[in-house]
Amino acid sequence: MRMPRGTWRQVATLVGLSLLVSILSGCAISGAYAPMSSVAPASDHAREINTLYRLVFYLAVIVFIGTMIASLWFTLGFRDNGRRQARQFHGNARLEVLWTIIPVVIVIVMAVPTFDRIFAIAEPPPSDAIKIEVIGHQFWFEFRYPDLGITTANEVHVPAGRAASFTLRSDDVIHSFWVPQLFGKVDLVPGHENHVWFTPDAAREEAYLGQCYELCGLSHANMRFRMFVDDTAKFDAWAKNEAAPRSPSAVAAGEAVFLRQACIGCHTVQGTTAAGKVGPNLTHFGARTTMGAGIMPPTADNLAKWIRNSADFKPGSLMPAQATATLNDQDLQALVAYLQSLK
Amino acid sequence: MATTAGTLPQYATNTGLWSWITTVDHKRIGTLYLFTGFIWLLVGGLEAILVRTQLAVPNSTVIDADLYNQLFTMHALTMIFLAIMPMTAAFSNWLIPLMIGARDVAFPRMNALSYWLYFFGGIFLSSGFLFGEAASSGWFAYAPLTTNQYAPGRGMDFYTLGLLILGVSSMVAALNFAVTIINMRAPGMTMMRLPVFIWMTLVISFLLFLALPPLTVALIQLMFDRHFTTHFFIVDGGGDPIMWQHLFWVFGHPEVYILILPAMGIISEVLPTFSRKPLFGYAAMVFAAVAIAFLSWAVWSHHMFTTGLAPVPRAIFSANTMLIGVPTGVKIFNWLGTLYGGSIRFTTAMLFAVSFIPLFTIGGISGVMHSSPPIDSQHQDTYMVVAHIHYVLVTGALIGVFSGLFYWFPKMFGRMLDEGLGKWQFWLFFIGVNLAFFPMHFLGLAGMPRRIYTYDAGLGWDFWNMVSTIGAYVIGVSVLVFIWNFFKTMSKPMDQPNNPWGAPTLEWATSSPPPEHDFDVVPVVRARDPLWYDRDHGLEQPQPTGHEHIHIPPPSYYPIVMSFGVLLMAVGVTTSLAVTALGIPIVIYSVWGWALEPTS
Ligand code: HEC
Ligand SMILES: [Cu+2]
Repeated sequence: MRMPRGTWRQVATLVGLSLLVSILSGCAISGAYAPMSSVAPASDHAREINTLYRLVFYLAVIVFIGTMIASLWFTLGFRDNGRRQARQFHGNARLEVLWTIIPVVIVIVMAVPTFDRIFAIAEPPPSDAIKIEVIGHQFWFEFRYPDLGITTANEVHVPAGRAASFTLRSDDVIHSFWVPQLFGKVDLVPGHENHVWFTPDAAREEAYLGQCYELCGLSHANMRFRMFVDDTAKFDAWAKNEAAPRSPSAVAAGEAVFLRQACIGCHTVQGTTAAGKVGPNLTHFGARTTMGAGIMPPTADNLAKWIRNSADFKPGSLMPAQATATLNDQDLQALVAYLQSLK
Repeated sequence: MATTAGTLPQYATNTGLWSWITTVDHKRIGTLYLFTGFIWLLVGGLEAILVRTQLAVPNSTVIDADLYNQLFTMHALTMIFLAIMPMTAAFSNWLIPLMIGARDVAFPRMNALSYWLYFFGGIFLSSGFLFGEAASSGWFAYAPLTTNQYAPGRGMDFYTLGLLILGVSSMVAALNFAVTIINMRAPGMTMMRLPVFIWMTLVISFLLFLALPPLTVALIQLMFDRHFTTHFFIVDGGGDPIMWQHLFWVFGHPEVYILILPAMGIISEVLPTFSRKPLFGYAAMVFAAVAIAFLSWAVWSHHMFTTGLAPVPRAIFSANTMLIGVPTGVKIFNWLGTLYGGSIRFTTAMLFAVSFIPLFTIGGISGVMHSSPPIDSQHQDTYMVVAHIHYVLVTGALIGVFSGLFYWFPKMFGRMLDEGLGKWQFWLFFIGVNLAFFPMHFLGLAGMPRRIYTYDAGLGWDFWNMVSTIGAYVIGVSVLVFIWNFFKTMSKPMDQPNNPWGAPTLEWATSSPPPEHDFDVVPVVRARDPLWYDRDHGLEQPQPTGHEHIHIPPPSYYPIVMSFGVLLMAVGVTTSLAVTALGIPIVIYSVWGWALEPTS
């Protein structure tokens, strides 16, 4: 059956449209335009996954365009024009075998590299990998470096060119841990311990963005984090600072307020009596670039409002509101200054 | 057909509320399913529109987090359990007896029971909204987020009990359908002459009564964790939240095929009729569906690739999932083969059916992509998966439902839906779904998580979210066009002949709409596509002799009474156990009455 010219034109338009869509999609998900793009890899494992993804993507495009052309050709080309008689046939064994084999071949082409990757990902990390524990909480991430004596939250630093190996746990419900540009996501499951590791490519000033990817309650959308890939010198300096107790130049008046308040029941500031474990460790809070699990900059204004009522920013937040009766405005200002001085 | 003592009299006229409440006629129950399902489709659509409205721009504050979580949870539950499944069940109810040449289903009162359980179960499931505490932990309800500690309100009780009631409803319907299809076929209607839609219904009936038990187990365990201090899913008590995921997805994955296979059946009826040629590769179509159903039991953990599943199960579940692409591919090729060489009439039903092929293929392809665990680790819980399910369920299942509505409307209501408005609806729908769902692929690859009520600007998500929201509104308009079409059509007189489309299957051998007893004489089937065979060989269906004995089951009010009792039992759990205590005797009374009710 030959296609009439009009049909060809329609099919060509469609192929053109699909190409347009592909180009659009290419722009839409480039790393520059979309900082959480999963197709702009910046580590060994992310790149290997992306190579596999590309293979599958091209197969998908071929299958899609093929089906598209066939559906258009067959529907438009066999339009009832008043003269056409439908040909009565019930099937064609040879064709049916053929198009059972085609998907089988596609599946095999996909399955082989997939299996390869599954087992490669499951390999243990190199022995010099830096070890980091991730603990999911409603609605923030805790990071611990057991070998470096660091406990911090919502911002995690890794050295470039060295494997980073994460052990994943959860303290309450299921969360999921993912930085799209750096590794494949893995859930934080209570009662289970999961692992993921990768080697980031190069140091970069700007942080990589991550977020919780498993519904974990009201503020699931506000459970974000940042991952910094530093060169070795910068990482070492950061780690040295983080491992030390709180800065001696911390605002003393504010510290007095902090230690008087309920804060200490939930927050730890090393070097003081505050040793709470419910909320993020604040020892070096002032050195972080964001607050509230990556949702905003730690400005004095944001901090003051956060302490008054964190649920204004994060519905369902587990940090209780502070009324003026228990914490007056003057003390609040001192507290904010203190938190900002915890460099 | 004398009225025996103890039965309700046959209706003098088949009108009035009471006649609908007590009906056991499969066609009327089908109509009830259809209207109820459609109303829920509107509710679910409204929920979706609200969700999309909130997501149109970054950091939007139209809807707060609490309501948002309720909306997306209830959107999924409503669309899956209250709209798509019941609307496909409406077609099954209407068509099984008509297509196999029977006078009713095997168990007419059970049929009514399944409807009334669905009716009350749906209201119960959604009633959480009335108290501002509908279920809000996602339709998959992952423990421990759904245990008392993290979901203290009543939302999860509406969920567990609502789904339990709906599960019984589906179970009853599935058994009824399977028994009817296997036992009540007209002479000559062998299994390999069954219309493909009927085959699909048979396959999903088996899927349903095998898939519902694991869900029931999971729901009961969750209910016990919440109310009777057990620890099935609570780690501190020695439980394991991953067990919920296994149980849920052992049900949840076959459920996907329960939603899509009937739509595939519908388009397998529509495509041949309007191509004027038989379905290409009938046997392969049937075996492909059976293969899909079979494989659907061995893929559930592909929903759990990121939970820390070990590499060997990851590989096996991945391979099984990819394999589903093979029978699905066969189906797509066979539909294309059905079009090839035809003489195609572009009715609205046909437009919906034809567009199913490429659009469903998009959903199928992204499904095969996710089947690779490393790739899935980049797609899981992003909008990539949202795009996937909507291409499967909206441009698959729902498109099938619309195709079927336009196709069988003359049979059901004796009137032809307006084709002009139908085409408006189709094109609006076609544009709307692609605007709404295609950009979700970009959003997913750009890393946007599912189930977030807010997001920041500057992540490359703003533009496509706006496009997607516009698409959602366009879909809304297309549905309004359909409603307009419905009322316009229903105001016209019934004028349709037996077989307005020149279709090949038995339902078109009787009048439109059919008489209460479906066929004056039980039809005779001489080949697959019986009416075309008769036409081509100059044969006639047998004519009534006036001596037929037609048995029609009498109406019964026990199904609705029993369902109401079950509703009270569930309501009690969310209010006071006294209500549950009231429900129990009502259920016992109706079981008793039902058992002793004469059936002729
Ligand atoms: C009941 C426990 C609790 C108390 C008491 C409490 N917090 Fe918190 N705090 C939390 C939790 C939990 C979070 C994390 C909230 C989130 O991001 O979801 C938090 C977060 C914070 C943050 C942001 C940390 C970051 O890394 O972004 C600051 C700052 C903070 N709290 C300060 C205070 C101060 C000051 C007080 C005393 C006035 C206080 N908190 C009292 C539990 C508490
Ligand atoms: Cu989370």
